[in-house]
Amino acid sequence: MTQNAEHVLDHFDLFRGPEYQQMLANKKKMFENPHDPAEVERVREWTKTPEYREKNFAREALTVNPAKACQPLGAVFAAVGFEGTIPFVHGSQGCVAYYRSHFSRHFKEPSSCVSSSMTEDAAVFGGLNNMIDGLANTYSMYKPKMIAVSTTCMAEVIGDDLNAFIKTAKEKGSVPAEYDVPFAHTPAFVGSHITGYDNVMKGIVEHFWDGKAGTAPKLERRPNGKINFIGGFDGYTVGNLREIKRLFGLMDVEYTILGDNSDVWDTPTDGEFRMYDGGTTLEEAADAVHAKATISMQEYCSEKTLPLIAAHGQEVLAFNHPVGVAATDKFLMEVSRITGKAIPESIARERGRFVDAIADSSAHIHGKKFAIYGDPDLCLGLAGFLLELGAEPTHVLATNGSKNWVNKVQALFDSSPFGKDCHVYGGKDLWHMRSLLFTDPVDFLIGNTYGKYLERDTGTPLIRIGFPIFDRHHHHRYPVWGYQGGMNVLVTILDKIFDEIDKSTIGTATTDFSFDIIR
Amino acid sequence: MAALRQIAFYGKGGIGKSTTSQNTLAALAEIGHRIMIVGCDPKADSTRLILHSKAQDTILSLAAAAGSVEDLELEEVLKVGYRDIKCVESGGPEPGVGCAGRGVITSINFLEENGAYEDLDYVSYDVLGDVVCGGFAMPIRENKAQEIYIVMSGEMMAMYAANNISKGILKYANSGGVRLGGLICNERQTDKELELAEAMAKKLGTQLIYFIPRDNIVQHAELRRMTVLEYAPDSMQAQHYRTLAHKIHDNVGKGIIPTPITMDELEDMLMEHGIMEAVDESVIGKSAAELAIA
Repeated sequence: MTQNAEHVLDHFDLFRGPEYQQMLANKKKMFENPHDPAEVERVREWTKTPEYREKNFAREALTVNPAKACQPLGAVFAAVGFEGTIPFVHGSQGCVAYYRSHFSRHFKEPSSCVSSSMTEDAAVFGGLNNMIDGLANTYSMYKPKMIAVSTTCMAEVIGDDLNAFIKTAKEKGSVPAEYDVPFAHTPAFVGSHITGYDNVMKGIVEHFWDGKAGTAPKLERRPNGKINFIGGFDGYTVGNLREIKRLFGLMDVEYTILGDNSDVWDTPTDGEFRMYDGGTTLEEAADAVHAKATISMQEYCSEKTLPLIAAHGQEVLAFNHPVGVAATDKFLMEVSRITGKAIPESIARERGRFVDAIADSSAHIHGKKFAIYGDPDLCLGLAGFLLELGAEPTHVLATNGSKNWVNKVQALFDSSPFGKDCHVYGGKDLWHMRSLLFTDPVDFLIGNTYGKYLERDTGTPLIRIGFPIFDRHHHHRYPVWGYQGGMNVLVTILDKIFDEIDKSTIGTATTDFSFDIIR
Repeated sequence: MAALRQIAFYGKGGIGKSTTSQNTLAALAEIGHRIMIVGCDPKADSTRLILHSKAQDTILSLAAAAGSVEDLELEEVLKVGYRDIKCVESGGPEPGVGCAGRGVITSINFLEENGAYEDLDYVSYDVLGDVVCGGFAMPIRENKAQEIYIVMSGEMMAMYAANNISKGILKYANSGGVRLGGLICNERQTDKELELAEAMAKKLGTQLIYFIPRDNIVQHAELRRMTVLEYAPDSMQAQHYRTLAHKIHDNVGKGIIPTPITMDELEDMLMEHGIMEAVDESVIGKSAAELAIA
């Protein structure tokens, strides 16, 4: 059954053939110093015990499978949301290859991003020359309208000063003096991708509003009736931002989405390659200073950006990735309050349909136990929705969740009778989650693609919600915000619940006692 | 309230930066200024005379104990000493490992994010040695120290370091607002020291702000972990530091962009003042025995 050109075998089948099985067995025996299978099994069982869990939670100087990525990933995510903008990462090429592949695997789209290609000599002598050449090359080759600069570990360890470097590069003629090059320091070893998103968003707002690093006068705010909207780092950005635009359109709200990357990660296949598509225009980014208020959908993605905006005199408010009826109600009512625009009947009807759907399926979801991991705001949004459904978010874990976040999740638990036996874990990783799934089992796990390993390991069925999702396609095109988005989340959860019921009743004449056509 | 003034002391290791800066700042505190010292030296001795302690717990050592910098509170790292001077030490790694420069960046970012810069008249950075990497340039980046004071002496290597630091300042002076405030000569009793220090200042395009005479009383005070201002407020030396403090206070906005010189020019200058003899190129690299034959 070896490979041949007439009948090409996929790797799923190929490696199951006897010659590969033999090879793998030999490799293990001769080169991998295998342990006694009984001993391996004993240790495996031991790692499922409360005793091991205690040791696991006492772990200090080691992280195993963190559920977070690094700042520059968030930096790139925010930067591509502006019209014709290319993210420029001051650091080595390998870092940038990672951000690009990560987004391409999730969105199934090309992701354009450049690096200053720092190597060992740049680490010793500083990356100024890389900045000068990099900006010049980027400007002439890719013709962007704006270059948004962020950094990586290497540039931060040696202490490269972006402000000074960009000024010098402009003086040396890399890009015209008046050309927009906003920047943010985004050390990969501090915070997570949501910190990077926040830093870049703040850097861009600061650039346009506060005088472009001393090269232009600061903008004077003349308040108008518009609102600004910041989505935060969100794997569903394509579907979510389009849903937000639809809702704001129905409400007749005038708005600016800061960092609208919904088009660049969903370009049509029509024969033309679009390196840039859509995005917040640079004029809109500058004009956003005049808005009445700024709304952030994710509090922990805008911890530094919102105070900056508030200092310019705007009302600012932040939500926690609102999912479900109550959270969407609160969001829409706040938008209505700020803008003075009523919520139209059409949206009220969407709400009614959503409530109806929840009622229809309530018998299946009520009382089910869930473990959730992901970004802090997403966890809050999903946990809130589950409580609303009468389900229990038994374990809620965010590796990048702060003490403040832990308190907020606890307060959410305390607000519902279903939150009584629920626990929150800030700063923990997926190896901690593994222990929890063994010692305090739940019915379902909600997380990103990496939850697949936990599913294999613990047998807890995985519901894929979060970022990144590499092994299922196109879910990022569907919103999770708004009543219709909530409906999508509900359906995603229910599908898995029904799949599991079907799996457990599939035995002919053994488990199929009921009329299993209807659920 | 007057605008916050940020200054930094740089200089060759062992030249007396920390001693000079603490005494001068104590004198500034004496006339009512509210001061914060940010030590940017892994040795963490920039605040010992103010706090009367061996070495303050540094931001980085506290962060290491707590798990991460985010777990720290400002009160844990900021200690108040003589005349309410606020003291912070950034700290750094053990010798031979890690990156001290990154430590400086992390610490200063922490202080900014936690509002340490509020209600102050002066922030002073005490930075080790040369501007050896980006981290040690952190205090001279935009929006930080506006004036740099270089502590030096009449020794060749101290002047070499002063020149190097000027190169670092020059790098940032054009893009940011940092300026060289002047040189402070800490007397080592080398030949023609005052004359040389003045010549060096002239070469760099700046001024010799003050010449601090050597006095053993500084040692006596140091042994007691005190500034001279506190240990012997009526002494001559205390008066010298008061004069220096006044000069620095009056020097606001008078900083310049330095004009560092080449190593050759520096050697020429030493020869000019007769400190170094003109070198006979024919004897370079020859051993005593070889020269004897010739």
